[in-house]
Amino acid sequence: MSKTLTLNGQMISAREGESILDAAHDAGVSIPTLCHMNGVGDVGACRMCLVELAGSGKLVPACTTKISEGMEVNSDTPQLHEYRRMLVELIFSERNHVCAVCVANGNCELQDLAIYVGMDHVRYDYLYPAESIDVSHPMFGMDHNRCILCTRCVRTCDEIEGAHVWDITARGIKSHTITGLAEPWGEVNTCTNCGKCVMACPTGAIFKLGATVAEMEKDREKLAFLKNARERREWV
Amino acid sequence: MMQDEVATLLEKTASTERMAQSRYSQHIQVCMGTACMALNSEQVKTALEHAVIENGIQKQCQVQRVGCPGLCSLGPMLRVIDKTITSEANEPRETLYQQITPKVAPAIITSLTPAAQPTSALDVHRCEVADTFFKRQVKVVLEHCSHIDPERIEDYIAHGGYRAIQSVLTKWTPQRVIDSITKAGLRGRGGAGYPTGLKWATVAKANSSNGKKYVICNGDEGDPGAYMDRSVMEGDPHRVIEGMMIAAYAIGASQGYVYVRAESPLATKRLRVAIRQAQRAGLLGNNIAGSAFHFDIELRLGAGAFVCGEETALIASIEGGRGQPRPRPPYPAESGLWGCPTLINNVETFANIAPIIDKGWEWYAGIGTAKSKGTKVFALTGQVKTSGLIEVPMGITLREIVFDIAGGIPNNRQFKAVQTGGPSGGCIPEKFLDMPVDYESLAKVGSIMGSGGMIVMDDSTNMIEVARFFMEFCMDESCGKCVPCRVGTVQLHRLLGKFVDKTATPADLIKLEGLCKLVKHTSLCGLGQAAPNPVISTLNYFREEYEQCLKPSP
Repeated sequence: MSKTLTLNGQMISAREGESILDAAHDAGVSIPTLCHMNGVGDVGACRMCLVELAGSGKLVPACTTKISEGMEVNSDTPQLHEYRRMLVELIFSERNHVCAVCVANGNCELQDLAIYVGMDHVRYDYLYPAESIDVSHPMFGMDHNRCILCTRCVRTCDEIEGAHVWDITARGIKSHTITGLAEPWGEVNTCTNCGKCVMACPTGAIFKLGATVAEMEKDREKLAFLKNARERREWV
Repeated sequence: MMQDEVATLLEKTASTERMAQSRYSQHIQVCMGTACMALNSEQVKTALEHAVIENGIQKQCQVQRVGCPGLCSLGPMLRVIDKTITSEANEPRETLYQQITPKVAPAIITSLTPAAQPTSALDVHRCEVADTFFKRQVKVVLEHCSHIDPERIEDYIAHGGYRAIQSVLTKWTPQRVIDSITKAGLRGRGGAGYPTGLKWATVAKANSSNGKKYVICNGDEGDPGAYMDRSVMEGDPHRVIEGMMIAAYAIGASQGYVYVRAESPLATKRLRVAIRQAQRAGLLGNNIAGSAFHFDIELRLGAGAFVCGEETALIASIEGGRGQPRPRPPYPAESGLWGCPTLINNVETFANIAPIIDKGWEWYAGIGTAKSKGTKVFALTGQVKTSGLIEVPMGITLREIVFDIAGGIPNNRQFKAVQTGGPSGGCIPEKFLDMPVDYESLAKVGSIMGSGGMIVMDDSTNMIEVARFFMEFCMDESCGKCVPCRVGTVQLHRLLGKFVDKTATPADLIKLEGLCKLVKHTSLCGLGQAAPNPVISTLNYFREEYEQCLKPSP
């Protein structure tokens, strides 16, 4: 059944059970996202897609909030723009995001987002944590300096590949993505070398070995394609 | 077991227990809560037992283990009930002793022997503050806490325990239970104050795809300095179990979980003993009281993550996953543990249930204010003369708590602020001391009721350091899932550090306020959303302290 809701003052239609994000996308309204990726489940962690619900004024993530009849949603307020910019600044301050020497330079969702929100400088202190790089895998590498903990690799590996090589350890600012039981990636024998996590990573954190600055292009839609094809049994 | 059999069992157990107790004319009740045990109360109890035998009065004098009476700063506490000496009202004489050591313990016993000589040795141990400390308190949740042996179901039953569930199972419909709780006006004691009856009604009406529903008792108490729930679980675990049983009956659940921190080993042990005893007595298990009601309880130990007190994170933890919250809706009432409708209440909320059923909702609704009914347990700490665990009716003023119950501020200092609600709450300055303590009033001044931590600060306290302390706590306890809480709390902590070091600039003050707003509005769960509260409230009421810490312009 279809429902009608208001998005930024415009009436739009949406399918029942759909998320605000999907409905907005169908209506041609772009809402910035970071931890969302087509093909894997949403967790509402990056808070980039927060939208305002009229009435309560509450901010809810568009990716995990289902639409309802008569809902009034605002994704385009000065307040939200300011929050999004602050969130991007916080992410930049957290790890060592040095675009000039990053494999994903020019192909990075975080970089695109910084431009989108108009981040010309970071107001907060850079934390400059000492991070490691894991290149023990024969084909891929993991650079924790660039990781934004969006857990897209975790969900991709778990939900699409079914291997669950990736996970998160520790908590708060000490959170880290790990492979296997916090072993070097190359020693994890559950890894199928499929490379889906490389495609899923929004930044230059997970990359193909041998890629140098600005060479790491990613094909994210392929993951959604794989998942849809499997669900619709297009290969059977 | 048939219905009347349970009634008989309860009656028989109660009368046997009362008979056994009445053989003694003197009872010595030693507090065996965590605070007193840390102060050696176990050795005190052993010394007392030895002295009883040495003096040959084991037939008249009984040494009992009880829960926390509340005067934790004066422990180890013990109470002597001497039925051989009665007051004018024919009440046995009760004497409360404080700071008893194993060395002093025998003197208490000798003072009880028929040949006792009056001695002044015990005078310093007689608890002088008891009168003022207990005068304003109303004990509902803690009514049995320092009077019964928490590790004996018989003692609980002798004090009227499991009477509520027995009458509910035999005479009440689930709807009547929910109506009673709703009319009693009980609100969630975990902090947010959601109406308990409404929550129960929602879960009762929710459809479960596999027919299963769950009851969870949230015992993941983690606010710094707060130990209300731990004391209830340690002092009266059966009360919590009975509350959960009544809830399960009302919503149609057959499995319950108590989520308790592994850092509270005593609470864990006493709950484990209590669950086992209730199972043995046929009060937990299948066909309870001959009815069609099945209910069992399991313990789940938490690894001490503060965020696991958040309901969705707690559920994830019980399921064996990483203790991380998820966005709501769906609320646990609709989709909780393993996707089933789940009722999740705090320990203190469950401890309120049996008396509401037993004494009627009218009685309960008569305590407290218009919108906040009943009593609230607070862990009173900080710069007060007598700190400890108190239970007060809603609507009492902060001044009464700080100055009447706790005896005011020691060392001739002045009162500065009281912090309620732990890291999620705010600091309340002196001008609001006459405000009644209820959910709405506390929220109005920028704090929260919280689970019941109450920290009193005197005029030597640096409010920025207080804010930084709580921010450090939230920073360490953030699960790391969402950006504003994971990184925002770290940046807030750094900014507050600049104020403490007096290197902050006016721009830092603007940044601080902006970040507080961001973290409050955009965080995923309650931990992050409430993390800036201590900063916001101190900025509100003690802004000049922040301004004084700005770096002098060159």
